[in-house]
Amino acid sequence: MRLGLLELRRRPFRFAIAGSSLVLLSVLLLFLGGLLDGLYIGSTGLLRSQQGELIVYSSDAKDSLVRSRVDADLRAEVERVEGVARTGGLGVALVGGQVPGEEELANLSVTGFELPVASMPDDLELGPAEALADRSLQAFGVEEGQTIGVGSAATPITVVGWVDDTSYLQQGGFFVVPDTWRQVLGASRPDSNLPADTFQALVVEVSDGADPTDVAAAIDSATDGVTSTLTVDDAVQALPGIKEQNSTFTAIIYVTLFVAGLVVALFFALLTLERIGLYGMLKAIGGSTGQIFAGVLLQAVVVAIVSFVLGGVVTVLLSRALPSEVPVSLLPSRAVQTVVGLVLMSALGAAISLRRVVRVDPASSIG
Amino acid sequence: MPVLEITDVRKTYPSGDGEVIALDHATLAVEDDEIVALVGPSGSGKTTLLSIAGGLLTPSDGTVVVGGQDISAYSAKQLTAFRRDSVGFVFQAVNLVPFLTARENLMVVNDFGGSRSRHEARERADQLLDELGLGHRVDNLPGQMSGGERQRVAIGRALMNKPALVLIDEPTSALDTKLGEQVMELIVSEVKSRATAAVVVTHDQRMTHYADRTVTITDGVLTS
Repeated sequence: MRLGLLELRRRPFRFAIAGSSLVLLSVLLLFLGGLLDGLYIGSTGLLRSQQGELIVYSSDAKDSLVRSRVDADLRAEVERVEGVARTGGLGVALVGGQVPGEEELANLSVTGFELPVASMPDDLELGPAEALADRSLQAFGVEEGQTIGVGSAATPITVVGWVDDTSYLQQGGFFVVPDTWRQVLGASRPDSNLPADTFQALVVEVSDGADPTDVAAAIDSATDGVTSTLTVDDAVQALPGIKEQNSTFTAIIYVTLFVAGLVVALFFALLTLERIGLYGMLKAIGGSTGQIFAGVLLQAVVVAIVSFVLGGVVTVLLSRALPSEVPVSLLPSRAVQTVVGLVLMSALGAAISLRRVVRVDPASSIG
Repeated sequence: MPVLEITDVRKTYPSGDGEVIALDHATLAVEDDEIVALVGPSGSGKTTLLSIAGGLLTPSDGTVVVGGQDISAYSAKQLTAFRRDSVGFVFQAVNLVPFLTARENLMVVNDFGGSRSRHEARERADQLLDELGLGHRVDNLPGQMSGGERQRVAIGRALMNKPALVLIDEPTSALDTKLGEQVMELIVSEVKSRATAAVVVTHDQRMTHYADRTVTITDGVLTS
């Protein structure tokens, strides 16, 4: 093991080809992961930030928030179901917002709500024409105290505070009282004008001890199938493109990890070929196959970790240079996943050389 | 009691329907403090004998006892430990680890599981290198040393684990006559001062006078 580390320290350039390949692959993995997370976060924040366990849509909406309609009578039916502790109306209008001093419109998901989301203050009192804006909108020049012209009617709404991680379909959350939301929706989408007390969906908080899945089934049964009730996780997965996006990016990430393993395998296979004489001599003077192979494995792991760190630095710099429209989110959990994947694949790649190390004959060092 | 006792050892390799006899009923005993020169033409079985004595090969028949241990039927794992603890090798091609300093090349033997602490191993390595006239080279890499200096480091490595037996393969083949003589003098001095047995394979008759006796091998058969 010590021998492997000393070689890395004394001859770092010997590992430059494998290292630089792994740096590039790390950048690719982190960037792809960052894009996937950015897209996921930007699309699903509104639903993930709900503190209720269930989302109730009208069944004809096929689990789409903008197509769904839940009127007061339907809501009353839902509230009568055993296990339902509280409901809150929810609706969005995807519109542009004119930020003072900015040429481009900010993409807003104006959200009418009744139950507070995770990042809202407990003592929240929001007036008409006031909004809590998602902090991501700061990238579009949105500031607290600013009045923004929202939607095609440029409805003036003043930002009075912030919420976090509430974006919906890549549009920054803009939380307003239900009447203001209906006003914006009606002005921007006259065909979607909704009467008072009608929302697009309901957020349901279930009673303590109740199983959300059972309550969801009970709601849909009580409404004779007029509703489609999903857990928040299922509602997130039902958003348009989320599953496809996840599976596509995940497939690319796995293929990239596989390529990383191949690069390491090829590199260490060549390195082992080159070192047959050295390994023979080390075995002759008392080195075991295990000790020699442990050194190879350690080298692969160290090269992978160092490459990942360098790749991480490059990715951070790259993401800072990107325009704010590119939704890259570099999360610690993704970084951990990536480094674990990279180290595992590198170790597996290096393990390909084990057979060759085992077969090195110590007697080859003589004669 | 001899340090090395090879008794009636045969080594054969399969070849087609028959077999090739590399060593034919070889018997050899080497006492401690004795240096034996093993000479013979290419392909005569010198390397095979040296490999069997050093636990690099196992004999097809016969027994090999080194320092009181019968290694004839040792497993690969036992032979690895035996090589680490009980014999020292000086290879023809020197074979130092190119990215280790002279001191580290000696200490590598201990790194593989020797009984000394790292501190003790370092002291032993420095002492050996000093005795070999390489006190000023302890931190040099092999690439920064001359051929003779590298050969001396290899001798130091062979002596690092205080072996009962040192096996030396063509120590002068890559050196000019003067340097070859210096290296042989050094081997004799180091081996004798430590009361260690040594077998030196050489085809250079000029070097045989450094040994206490010469054994000739021809077609796998030993003759004194």
